[in-house]
Amino acid sequence: MTLTAPDGLAPAERAQRILGQDLTEKSLRLHLEGLSGVDAVGLEQRAATLGTRSIKTTSKAWALDRIIELIDLTTLEGSDTPGKVRSLAAKAVAPDPSDPTAPRVAAVCVYGDMVPYAVEALGAAHRPEGGVSVAAVATAFPSGRASLDVKLADTREAVAAGADEIDMVIDRGAFLAGRYGLVFDQIVAVKEACRRADGGYAHLKVILETGELATYDNVRRASWLAILAGGDFIKTSTGKINPAATLPTTLLMLEVVRDWHRLTGERIGVKPAGGIRASKDAIKYLVTVAETVGEEWLVPHLFRFGASSLLNDVLLQRQKLRTGAYSGPDYVTVD
Amino acid sequence: MGFLEYAPAPESRSILSLKESYGLFIDGEFVDGSGDPFTTISPATEERIAEIAAGSAADVDRAVAAARRAYDTTWSRMRGSDRGKYLFRIARLVQERARELAVAESLDNGKPIREARDVDVPLVAAWFFYYAGWADKLEWAGLGPAPRALGVAAQIIPWNFPLLMLAWKLAPALAAGNTVVLKPAETTPLSALLFAEILQQADLPAGVVNIVTGAGDTGAALVRHPGVDKVAFTGSTAVGREIARTVAGTGKKVTLELGGKAANIVFDDAPIDQAIEGIVQGIFFNQGHVCCAGSRLLVQENVHDEVVERLKQRVSTLRLGDPLDKNTDIGAINSREQLDRIRELSDLGEREGGVRWTAECEIPQNGFWFAPTIFTNVSTSSTIAREEVFGPVLSVLTFRTPAEAVAKANNTPYGLSAGIWSEKGSKVLAIADQLRAGVVWSNTFNKFDPASPFGGYKESGYGREGGRHGLAGYLAPSKPTVAAISGTVEKTDRKGAKK
Repeated sequence: MTLTAPDGLAPAERAQRILGQDLTEKSLRLHLEGLSGVDAVGLEQRAATLGTRSIKTTSKAWALDRIIELIDLTTLEGSDTPGKVRSLAAKAVAPDPSDPTAPRVAAVCVYGDMVPYAVEALGAAHRPEGGVSVAAVATAFPSGRASLDVKLADTREAVAAGADEIDMVIDRGAFLAGRYGLVFDQIVAVKEACRRADGGYAHLKVILETGELATYDNVRRASWLAILAGGDFIKTSTGKINPAATLPTTLLMLEVVRDWHRLTGERIGVKPAGGIRASKDAIKYLVTVAETVGEEWLVPHLFRFGASSLLNDVLLQRQKLRTGAYSGPDYVTVD
Repeated sequence: MGFLEYAPAPESRSILSLKESYGLFIDGEFVDGSGDPFTTISPATEERIAEIAAGSAADVDRAVAAARRAYDTTWSRMRGSDRGKYLFRIARLVQERARELAVAESLDNGKPIREARDVDVPLVAAWFFYYAGWADKLEWAGLGPAPRALGVAAQIIPWNFPLLMLAWKLAPALAAGNTVVLKPAETTPLSALLFAEILQQADLPAGVVNIVTGAGDTGAALVRHPGVDKVAFTGSTAVGREIARTVAGTGKKVTLELGGKAANIVFDDAPIDQAIEGIVQGIFFNQGHVCCAGSRLLVQENVHDEVVERLKQRVSTLRLGDPLDKNTDIGAINSREQLDRIRELSDLGEREGGVRWTAECEIPQNGFWFAPTIFTNVSTSSTIAREEVFGPVLSVLTFRTPAEAVAKANNTPYGLSAGIWSEKGSKVLAIADQLRAGVVWSNTFNKFDPASPFGGYKESGYGREGGRHGLAGYLAPSKPTVAAISGTVEKTDRKGAKK
């Protein structure tokens, strides 16, 4: 099967550069299956060692603020309402009412139909650069089990409503069945659906759902696939499947991003999502990013945390650093 | 200041309450030594830590006599299960005082606190726990129905893993029912002396373990002592040879764990990121002061450039500095003498045509330091590819076929360890079969476990430490009876067999 990417389609350009102009299912498969294997024991050991770094005093203060700036503050529930989204947006702009020096988060992340409420609630604070972005999950999140037309419509609607970032899911069924070309095509198509009326593109985060891919070899292949197809970010999980983000998985994805940068000079973002609740854990991720791809990756357009309860824990830690005493859950807001 | 310049995170020294000076530990008590005392220093700062007694031949005599008395009167008569109780108690005390031991080890040896805390001390406890379990099961050690202890063991340990080597030596010896006179290395006596306090805390009968500090002549006196039944030594091949000569014809049993020049073989189908980690772990762990260090990297020629480039990038992220800082990866070289040797060999490597690359890192003003160094363009005839450097210096060689990898890996007088990196299991097993090395690691390196035997081929020594095999160095097989030889069921008065 020849891939259906039409000639000149910008987002598939990466794959053509690496795999050649006549992109085929076979050349894609050869590339993905020719990637170096991953030794699970070694990978997990490296992640564990990175987790032993001791981040104290000034480094800790910097890390806590930076974690906030990297959070996609998320609500993805069937029970979400405009009121819930408004409350989330308010928290995103001013996370700690008792401390105006607390930075804003990177984005709020909601379902597509909640985008208009998020945009409205953020108001002047809604800016893709330097303000708070609006990210929408799309493509029949979280399962991705819908026709391509539905997925594309889902995406276009969110972009039209003002979403700056789209978090799409890959078709894990197709991936596990070895239909890499299909997964690739869909990512290319969704990327195209991210085109805004003004010609710009909403940022595309590609969710691999690593918990369903099961092996590290699969995670490495899926990471390459998503980058080749034009993803701006690769993201671990929907948060609806266990395990969600883990440090070894994120380390592995960072290694792919590092290798891609070495190969092409391009910088791809990474977003671990789901299950990161404590500041201490989030700091381990910062360490892993800094020591794997470099600390220049610790900026909102290259690294994000998909999280909700993490923010309050970071705020408690910040208060502790500032006042020297632990407060408690009543001193941060419920949202 | 960037995030990666992590703020200092020093482990506190306040947990240590060190004495001004330490005596010899003989017959359950600290006593003065009759040699000239020496000081032990921190190799990271060259500051004095404490004054240490030096054992003379007369002190060695007292220690051996105490060990003999303890052997005859208590330890050899004690039931295995009771010896096991003491060992379990020691293991638990090591865990309770883990932080203190880790700080002492890092201070005296120069190794990073992260390694002392996460590797050395947990393994020390694991060794005692493991052999505690063996103490009442010696009949199943594979040496016949009633193996006997040897008597008094003389044990001489090196400075690279002071407390861990003590555990490797003491735990099997005590489990098997021997008593011990142990001599720690001259530059790293501190943790052994803290361990002596643990033995007092554990109420171990007096004389079962005696610790005599001192330099080479103390060790020589101990090896020569006629009251010693067994000599166990870990250290250089030169000294090992000397010991073998000394004890030849005396009836003393000997085990030697000597040098190494391990090949770490990376095939083109290796899991590349983990292989890079494994190479780093293989040669830069403990500043390369590891007898089984993967000091010869054998890379398949078609991936040589990529491996070297990735390796350099990774090595550039290693943090060299204060060993007590929890983020330090590379600590201090243990002594000026060792530093001089590493420098000498590296300079020779350069003169012999090796291309030297050294990680950029700030070297502290005081103390002994050597930045992680990689030599490429090294041939099998280069001195740095043949001699043990015992420092953070890696030699990179290439091979084209599996057969060439095996030939080059085995082309050394040593044979302690080797590593193989490949995702193909059948290849790993086939290569492992052909390597003349006591330990072969597959897709990992420098992994230790009390249940796994460790030891060398050829000039890396003889005897095994760890596992069931480790007991053989401290036990004599039961005397075969006529019945046993003729194959009939043996009915002897096995201790504890009739209950």
